[in-house]
Amino acid sequence: MTDAKVIPFGDDARRRGSSGGSAAGRSRARRAAPSGPPGVPGAPGPAEAADAADAGGKAALAAVPEDGRPPHEERPGAGIPAQAGGEPHGRPGARSGGPEAEGGEPQAPAAPSLGDALGGLADRLLGGPWEERVASGLAFLRRRVTGDYEVDEFGYDAELTDQVLMSLLRPLYEGYFRVEVKGIENIPAEGGALVVSNHSGTLPIDALMTQVAVHDHHPAGRHLRLLAADLVFVLPVVNDLARKAGHTLACAEDAQLLLERGEVVGVMPEGFKGLGKPFSERYKLQRFGRGGFVATALKTGVPIVPCSVVGAEEIYPMVGNSRTLARILGFPYFPLTPTFPWLGPLGLLPLPTKWTIQFGEPIPTDGYPPEAAEDPMLVFNLTDQVRETIQHTLYELLVERRSVFF
Amino acid sequence: MGKVVLVTGVARQLAGRFVRRVQREPEVDRVIAVDAVPPRHDLGDAEFVRADIRQPVIGKVLAQAGVDTVVHLDVSGTPLGAGGRTQAKETNVIGTMQLLGACQKAPTVSRLVVKSTTSVYGSAPRDPAVLTETTPVKSLPSGGFAKDAVEVEGYVRGFARRRPDVAVAVLRFANILGPRADTPLAEFFDLPILPTVLGYDPRLQFVHEDDVTEVLVVASTEPRRGTLNSGTFNIAGDGVLLLSQTARRLGRPTVPVLLPAVTWVGRLLRTAGVTDFSREQIRLLTHGRVVDTRQMRETLGFRPAYTTAETFHDFARTRPPGLLPPARLAAAVDGLAARVQRKEHTP
Repeated sequence: MTDAKVIPFGDDARRRGSSGGSAAGRSRARRAAPSGPPGVPGAPGPAEAADAADAGGKAALAAVPEDGRPPHEERPGAGIPAQAGGEPHGRPGARSGGPEAEGGEPQAPAAPSLGDALGGLADRLLGGPWEERVASGLAFLRRRVTGDYEVDEFGYDAELTDQVLMSLLRPLYEGYFRVEVKGIENIPAEGGALVVSNHSGTLPIDALMTQVAVHDHHPAGRHLRLLAADLVFVLPVVNDLARKAGHTLACAEDAQLLLERGEVVGVMPEGFKGLGKPFSERYKLQRFGRGGFVATALKTGVPIVPCSVVGAEEIYPMVGNSRTLARILGFPYFPLTPTFPWLGPLGLLPLPTKWTIQFGEPIPTDGYPPEAAEDPMLVFNLTDQVRETIQHTLYELLVERRSVFF
Repeated sequence: MGKVVLVTGVARQLAGRFVRRVQREPEVDRVIAVDAVPPRHDLGDAEFVRADIRQPVIGKVLAQAGVDTVVHLDVSGTPLGAGGRTQAKETNVIGTMQLLGACQKAPTVSRLVVKSTTSVYGSAPRDPAVLTETTPVKSLPSGGFAKDAVEVEGYVRGFARRRPDVAVAVLRFANILGPRADTPLAEFFDLPILPTVLGYDPRLQFVHEDDVTEVLVVASTEPRRGTLNSGTFNIAGDGVLLLSQTARRLGRPTVPVLLPAVTWVGRLLRTAGVTDFSREQIRLLTHGRVVDTRQMRETLGFRPAYTTAETFHDFARTRPPGLLPPARLAAAVDGLAARVQRKEHTP
């Protein structure tokens, strides 16, 4: 049954090759759609916006439809000094990358609606928001260099996450994996909730993408607080960034504390078993731990929101596992993909698959008596229910999926 | 008849302040201050008894004065005067053993307050982010003051079992800071350039000196209505600061060092006598530590006057400005902002 529904990998590559032209056209049309206002011919708009970009600086890039790449390349460079607290001149760039998505909307209609107005006029029109953005960027920089910002007890730096970390992940989310989000409203607008997701892809990129999905799409602007494996907190740099992005160790204590505070907590109960499973077992859910997440949800009475991620399985097709290297390096597995160790750093580039993240109907847990968390049968049954829900949603999404890559 | 309070380790600033403060409590009649060395600060109306708590003489002091409350503050990371680490360990562990033995023999003693530290939890990446009083410790501190504190707490638990009639309060303090702080961490912050561990930004929690005094008073007097002041409590200010934040607020540049090299730098600094950069402190400055203070609020009924950030501000205020004062950096950014604005308006 599973094999029938999983679309074979090689087939997709061929289909992608044959219909590549039309796919590119479609994606370009989609990208151009938000910036080109209806009724105005597409050609003059972008051209003029490009002029404005030359004159008005990088802020105008938001108005250019083909903007996917330039800010993408620019942001990482700008983001690093923001982390280390280094050169101030890098910061405004980091900040201006952030609100582009929102800032771009009002600008784009403004430039083409002036029609054949002078470039200088457009420049002046663009000057307003640009100046504002620089001002707020400098305010951000000012807070960073003087240490005048707040982190919570878990080390979550909300400001840094919003302004920098999410902006760094967004190109990957929007441009590279083109994530489609369904059922985001199943995450409650307030109060605690436990988002339980499948885990795959060799590197935990699916967790990060789910975080961006909740951050960017949830109407109440909720933040997903992920529970990460202990390996994350052992590694230097990684642990630092993970804490600042609001992640914490996957343990009952931390999960319970976050849920009691009314946070949305994300957990991948499959852990390394799901993350590092061979490519042949894609979309087959592994054992859901010991059901600790259900016990924690029962203790705090928060709903469980099942979440199914399709597309992450194929980003690094893991065809082999070098146990010897894994043991030497102290990792749970050492993936061998068609590209990874062989092409060096180039092998680290994930395949540009098309993703779908679906949040399912919440499963309430507040109707149970307080001692329910100690009842192993109930915990097992609920765990199975969550697991089955995610597995069935995965199958449904796989049937709906046209291809792995688009 | 009022209470008779015995305080150990009064030659230290913190204990001295507590001695002066507890005299003002109406229910306290008499304060006996004990230490092996005479204090340099004023102790008010307290009676100073020069006694080494490592000697059995402490039992006589307890019996003669009819002490009913013992506040054991002679548990400290840094030795007073010469002697080094061995001396400090002797005072912490043997001193506590002697004192508890004496308390067990003294029928008048009805309350015991012991100063401990949150470093008994150790610092490990595999620990939960927020530690409660009951969190099982993943990695016991391997040595230094933290290990002393673990041992002291062990003896105190044994004492509480043998004397169930005595109300025992163990207060685990987060890093104590304030204008007069002389802890190893305060010395670390006094370095002109702060060495940090590359790739780690620990979460730190501080408690203000004044709050330490106040919470000791709460623990050593009769519990207020609806509160219970025996048990183990984490004592820390609200909120956390990252090490990078503290460095920026102090205006001190940081130098990230690779973890193996940090140990080496620490040894070098220790040898040079610049700061006491012990291994447990390196662990703290690598992985950080945050404790849960719900017990302190709800059971002990104590609310610290200073948050972690306010404590640090109060500490930083009294320190000489660093190489990168935050005010100057802020002014530089403001200047940049002004220049950008002007450039915007000129064309």
